Amino acid sequence: MDIEKELTELKAKVDSAPGMENKLSMVVFSGDLDKQIASMIIATGAAAMGMKVILFYTFWGTAALRDPAKKVSGKNFMGKMFGFMLPKGRNKLKLSQMNMAGVGTAMIKDLMKKKNVASLDQLFEVAAMLGIEIFICEMSMDLMGMKKEEMIDYPGLKVCGVASFLAEAKESAVQLFI
Amino acid sequence: MSEFTVAKTLDCKGLACPMPIVKLSMEITKMKVGDVVEMLSTDPGSLADVPSWAKSTGNAVLETKQEPGLIRFYVKRQK
Repeated sequence: MDIEKELTELKAKVDSAPGMENKLSMVVFSGDLDKQIASMIIATGAAAMGMKVILFYTFWGTAALRDPAKKVSGKNFMGKMFGFMLPKGRNKLKLSQMNMAGVGTAMIKDLMKKKNVASLDQLFEVAAMLGIEIFICEMSMDLMGMKKEEMIDYPGLKVCGVASFLAEAKESAVQLFI
Repeated sequence: MSEFTVAKTLDCKGLACPMPIVKLSMEITKMKVGDVVEMLSTDPGSLADVPSWAKSTGNAVLETKQEPGLIRFYVKRQK
């Protein structure tokens, strides 16, 4: 038996196995402030650990990527309704628990400032600096009548479908859903 | 004891997770291989996080000094 040959074969197998890349792929499904903060902390932490990071914003999560300063026209009735009901950007998100008509959210934001925990604004800035990639689910945007023109300016922001995310996720050592 | 020279001091005092390791990772790429950075942190979480970060990124924590309300890390860029 040729052990050396078997070793080479095994090594090739291990190298080509799925999920072997030093990469984090995360689905950001939730539009809750707390979960959005958690996703950004994990993402920036992973990038600091030398991992490539892909964030796939879908469903309620997409509202966090809206830019409150941008206005778009030409939405249909349902699109306008969703646009009105959904938070306009990451600074309008609410806590998933103890929101208490906004009091809880304001308290957490105040506490974060006091304890010097990075805000979502700062985390997005750091994410861009670290080269974290953001994908937005095209179907979610279409469903809720959102347009790419109303989204934040973020380097390399990409509108795509589930296959683009899965292609990344398949190679990633870590996959998360938040 | 300390047989290394500090090339740079990185102040992460007051910063909370994940900023100390984010700053450290940004700083280390600017340094030369073999250089040592002194990182100052007040975040108790960094006691566990800095060694984990170093292990994962292939850098070395040469020394950790704990003072009241301050932690000093000496991290060497390995590659």
